[in-house]
Amino acid sequence: MAVMTYREALNLALREEMRRDPRVFVIGEEVGLYEGAYKVTQGLLKEFGGQRVVDTPIAESGFTGVGIGAAMVGLRPVVEMMTFNFALLALDQIVNSAAKMHYMSGGQFNVPIVIRGPGGPAAQLAAQHSQSMETYFYHVPGLKVVRPTTPMDAKGLLKSAIRDDNPVIFIESETLYSVKGEVPDDPEFLIPLGKALVRREGTDVTVIAYMGMMYRAMEAAEELEKEGISVELVDPRTLRPMDTETIIGSVRKTHRAVIVEAGAGFAGMGSEIAAFVTEQAFDDLDAPVERVTGANAPMPYARNLEKLKTPSKDKILAAVRRVCNANGG
Amino acid sequence: MAKTLTRGGASSGLGVDAAVAKQLLTDMLLIRRFEEKAAEAYTLGKIGGFLHLYIGEEAVAVGTTSVLRPDDYAISAYREHGHCLAKGSDPKRVMAELYGRRDGLCKGKGGSMHLFDRSTNFLGGHAIVGAHLPIAAGVGFAIKYQGGDQVIVCYFGDGAVPEGEFHESMNLAALWKLPVIFLCENNRYAMGTSVERALAQTEIWRFGQTYGVPSERVDGMDVLAVREAVARAVTRARQHKTPALLEADTYRYRGHSMRDPAGAVYRTKEEVEREKLRDPIVLFRDKLLAAGLLAEADVRAIEKDVNDRVDEAVAFADASPEPPGEWLFTDIYKEA
Ligand SMILES: Cc1ncc(C[n+]2csc(CCOP(=O)(O)OP(=O)(O)O)c2C)c(N)n1
Ligand SMILES: [Mg+2]
Repeated sequence: MAVMTYREALNLALREEMRRDPRVFVIGEEVGLYEGAYKVTQGLLKEFGGQRVVDTPIAESGFTGVGIGAAMVGLRPVVEMMTFNFALLALDQIVNSAAKMHYMSGGQFNVPIVIRGPGGPAAQLAAQHSQSMETYFYHVPGLKVVRPTTPMDAKGLLKSAIRDDNPVIFIESETLYSVKGEVPDDPEFLIPLGKALVRREGTDVTVIAYMGMMYRAMEAAEELEKEGISVELVDPRTLRPMDTETIIGSVRKTHRAVIVEAGAGFAGMGSEIAAFVTEQAFDDLDAPVERVTGANAPMPYARNLEKLKTPSKDKILAAVRRVCNANGG
Repeated sequence: MAKTLTRGGASSGLGVDAAVAKQLLTDMLLIRRFEEKAAEAYTLGKIGGFLHLYIGEEAVAVGTTSVLRPDDYAISAYREHGHCLAKGSDPKRVMAELYGRRDGLCKGKGGSMHLFDRSTNFLGGHAIVGAHLPIAAGVGFAIKYQGGDQVIVCYFGDGAVPEGEFHESMNLAALWKLPVIFLCENNRYAMGTSVERALAQTEIWRFGQTYGVPSERVDGMDVLAVREAVARAVTRARQHKTPALLEADTYRYRGHSMRDPAGAVYRTKEEVEREKLRDPIVLFRDKLLAAGLLAEADVRAIEKDVNDRVDEAVAFADASPEPPGEWLFTDIYKEA
């Protein structure tokens, strides 16, 4: 185990996979000479050269399509979105080309591509640069969608994503790049896609969260412990395919569920989780499922308004207390 | 079906020998008859959805493919039956795909607009206008990355030219020197919108100049002219990894799709009749007869052979069962 930042963990995953498999290459804006807008690709150009670390002009649809075409005929591209906000310019390529190629072709052409970069709320970057983007992708059959919360997950999941034979949307976070954590040194350390993780065991309520919201929920859980409420924290890690089994298993144990998500709540991840928990574990529930979500508003710039947009620890605390005080049993 | 053909037969004065000429005519006729039968099947309700016929444009696919190697790639939009057949797909499996049957090229999951054939390096069948151009650039990127000397031909309509992806792809292919032959089939209309109503620059080949890509316009109704222009582009692409933009001047005789049967609101009957005077199949057949490369009896034999193969394709599609219900959920992901 080594302690490293989330950014370094991603960098290491890229390096290891590029060393292991000559078909893997990195392509995107500023990934080479500039070493990545967020320095995730630092040093890769030096180690692997310009053929495998490809700087592109600003043409998201174009270079994403290039990745898809290359993947169809045997390469394994890792496409960097400088931030996921710009992936909307490539949405057609991702949704209509990458996700459907294997299906439309009756299984003849798969698209082993990873599209990665930061997304989600960031510090005072305002409406166009600070938003949860996973919503646009996890609805689509044919895509896998990953949101890695810790440095260890960042490494283990990115490596699995690169080895996966399908298109994987891998959304990191500006606010997590400098977070430190333990990361296994083993170059064969992989975390399988589609497996949730119980980050904290508890008995009274299941809180489901990922990325920045997981860190906030963790703080809330420590505080609630002092009140005598024991919180179990589940991190889905992969949003599609979702490990419903682990989540349902936890809810059956605690009989209560709270979902925390940074994005706007309407038709968000929380809606889907609340739906399947209700469908599959209704009889186990002692209280209605609660969602703590981002406000249904664009991200404002002003610091005070920005704070109101994203779920606060207080809101998480209040929701957990509500479900724990409800007496359904 | 079209094999790699070398130039020869100086005696004809056409630049091709009798065998090549015969093959070109056969390939064009096969596409024509195939499309006519597909239209019939559509009317009978055996084919559903959108059906875009290639009738009138056969010389482009056939002339182009005749100078490709089997390991070269081709990719197209949704008017792609002709490109797919020319690249060598079995007409039986193409027809079965149009019918949505289990023996179709794509197990019935793709349909008319999404034909794919790994065995011939035919990479689809893409129905979002402009979207397959960057994909073609990506295949060119991979060819270079892998150290190969193949090329990819990317067919698209005049309707893709005003899309951003056309310009992104031309720029990337030129910037990175990718072996991509962008082949615009300018049939003068995108549905009902003529190029004059869509493009500030109606001479499409000139867009290549902007990006420093060797470009030319070619008579898309002349299979030999197409063949020669593509051969030049292929040679450059193989040797120097240079992309090309070719604009084939062509015409579709039918409506945009079977839902636009007359294709008459946005163009005149006279225009269509005038264009039929340069029917690529009639012109080429007459040329071969005049040059003495083929006799009337040869033409009849070719027609019979083609009709038989198309009838066989229809019978095959008719006999093929529908895909089983479980297939709804297969091929969504590739399992490890
Ligand atoms: C991005 C996109 N916009 C609109 C359409 C609807 N549409 C389908 S075909 C077509 C016309 C395209 O014309 P062209 O590229 O010239 O090809 P042709 O039909 O003439 O072969 C349109 C507008 C589409 N499929 N994709
Ligand atoms: Mg057109």
